[in-house]
Amino acid sequence: MGVVHGQEMVLNIGPQHPSTHGVLRLQVKTDGEIISEIKPFIGYLHRCFEKHCENVTYEQVIPFTDRCDYLASMANNFGYVVAMEELMEIKVPERVEYIRVIMAELQRIASHLLALGTFGLDVGAFTPFLYMFRDRERILDMFEMTCGARLLYNYMWVGGLSHDLPIGFVESAFRFLDYFEPKIEEYNNILTYNKIFIERTADVGVMPADVAISYGVSGPNLRGSGVKWDIRKDEPYSIYDRFDFDVPVGIGEKGNLGDCWDRFNVRLTEMGESIKILRQALTQIPKNGDVHQTIPKKIRPPKGSIYKRTETPRGDLGFYIISDGSPIPNRLKMRSPAFTALSVLDEIGRGWMLSDVIAILGSLDIVLGEIDR
Amino acid sequence: MAIITKSYEPTFWDKLYFPALFKGLMVTLRYFFKRKVTIQYPEEKYIPPDGYRGLHRLNKYSDGRIRCVACEMCSAACPVDCIHIIPGPSPWDEGKERYPVRFDIDLLRCIFCGFCEMACPEEAIELTEIYDFSDLTRENLLIDRDGLLEVYELTKNKNYYSQTKKSEKSET
Ligand code: SF4
Ligand code: SF4
Repeated sequence: MGVVHGQEMVLNIGPQHPSTHGVLRLQVKTDGEIISEIKPFIGYLHRCFEKHCENVTYEQVIPFTDRCDYLASMANNFGYVVAMEELMEIKVPERVEYIRVIMAELQRIASHLLALGTFGLDVGAFTPFLYMFRDRERILDMFEMTCGARLLYNYMWVGGLSHDLPIGFVESAFRFLDYFEPKIEEYNNILTYNKIFIERTADVGVMPADVAISYGVSGPNLRGSGVKWDIRKDEPYSIYDRFDFDVPVGIGEKGNLGDCWDRFNVRLTEMGESIKILRQALTQIPKNGDVHQTIPKKIRPPKGSIYKRTETPRGDLGFYIISDGSPIPNRLKMRSPAFTALSVLDEIGRGWMLSDVIAILGSLDIVLGEIDR
Repeated sequence: MAIITKSYEPTFWDKLYFPALFKGLMVTLRYFFKRKVTIQYPEEKYIPPDGYRGLHRLNKYSDGRIRCVACEMCSAACPVDCIHIIPGPSPWDEGKERYPVRFDIDLLRCIFCGFCEMACPEEAIELTEIYDFSDLTRENLLIDRDGLLEVYELTKNKNYYSQTKKSEKSET
């Protein structure tokens, strides 16, 4: 960088700033426009999730997991119930497993749409954001039809689901997929391969694979750095081992490996893979089965503990649950992917300009609800 | 320190900007002639599907008796403790049955999870499709038994929103 050093200035970005994606305060040290340090301040959205869980029963935890990563509530539900079912050794019916996978993958598409849309918005592309929200709305409509809520579903329960699929869900899901598949091409035309967008994101915020691993970054951010690690593939939970799908990784197509563009493109390609899983799951799903059949009357797991991780749209979500045999968790720890993604911001954001830091933050796709919990 | 190297080399075609701009504009132009997907909200109401989890109601039997027997299963199931019930002998059946003398729900605390309606053995409490019940004071958002029964009258037979539309039409 430049040899002339001016006086350093400390700036606050946020907490009420549209591109911090929630209530996050970044304290940046700048030299002119070059950033020399980024210090994230978190906790504005802290709701004592973990402590609160020690005061409610196991089933009452589920609505609170919704509120952690509120853009991917289904995935959070999924992570929690999978952990609980392993602890209690419950085997759920086939149909439940399929519905869960369908919901989780639809949620992945919805969450990525929001991530990509707001990322585009951060770097100045307004129209794709509207298009992506329009398509996300259709997924939310399907969720609403199923469980009656648009954002915070409380849908997956330990041992089952709150509701069965409504009549006509499978058809409308297929209709959505047929509608949505060509839209990815449209996003490519309007955003991904747009010259201005590439200029803003290619080579910016390069995260080498070793940095990503040492910070514990996971999910699309890690895959953007070229590491092929997806828990759905490498440590299959539920019935993910039955489906045929690829794990897209960044290859540095437009710039260096692991730049913002790679992270963006990994998410976009992942939506295509989710469509593949959805098509298989929607054709294979058993026609009948009772989704309430294996829901235990009283949830009292045996003494012991469990750590289970699942792949949410943001990465590796882990639940560590310690049970003392009572109907209330003794301790519940959540490992959140967005938290680790935020921690790497300082490392990869130094040396860039202020406007690039916004792009880097957008490309990491953080959700403050999950960071602060 | 971050690695700042440039490896992206735009081609001549890229540098023109126009092809990219044109491609993007083609997409937006096509939408210019398509049907709108937005709803003009306050004038035009979004109609939620059945089973939407909105404002609560307390159901009644067709003869007007309240279904609720004040068993407090719902308040036990509630994760945020926002249902408060005071049971008492009912005015019918010579007071043999229990019924809620008070039944208050703090809508500001409620997270609309739906556990109460699933816990209720009498199918007395239910979540309705009403979603626009915001208010200016906290007191107005504490709904009591009579308020909940009123919601039942409003949503008994018809969808609240499509019903309002109908009545508006007949007035004009
Ligand atoms: S919807 Fe949930 S939070 Fe609201 S009153 Fe019912 S149980 Fe309580
Ligand atoms: S609403 Fe239902 S669960 Fe609640 S007290 Fe009345 S009968 Fe019991």
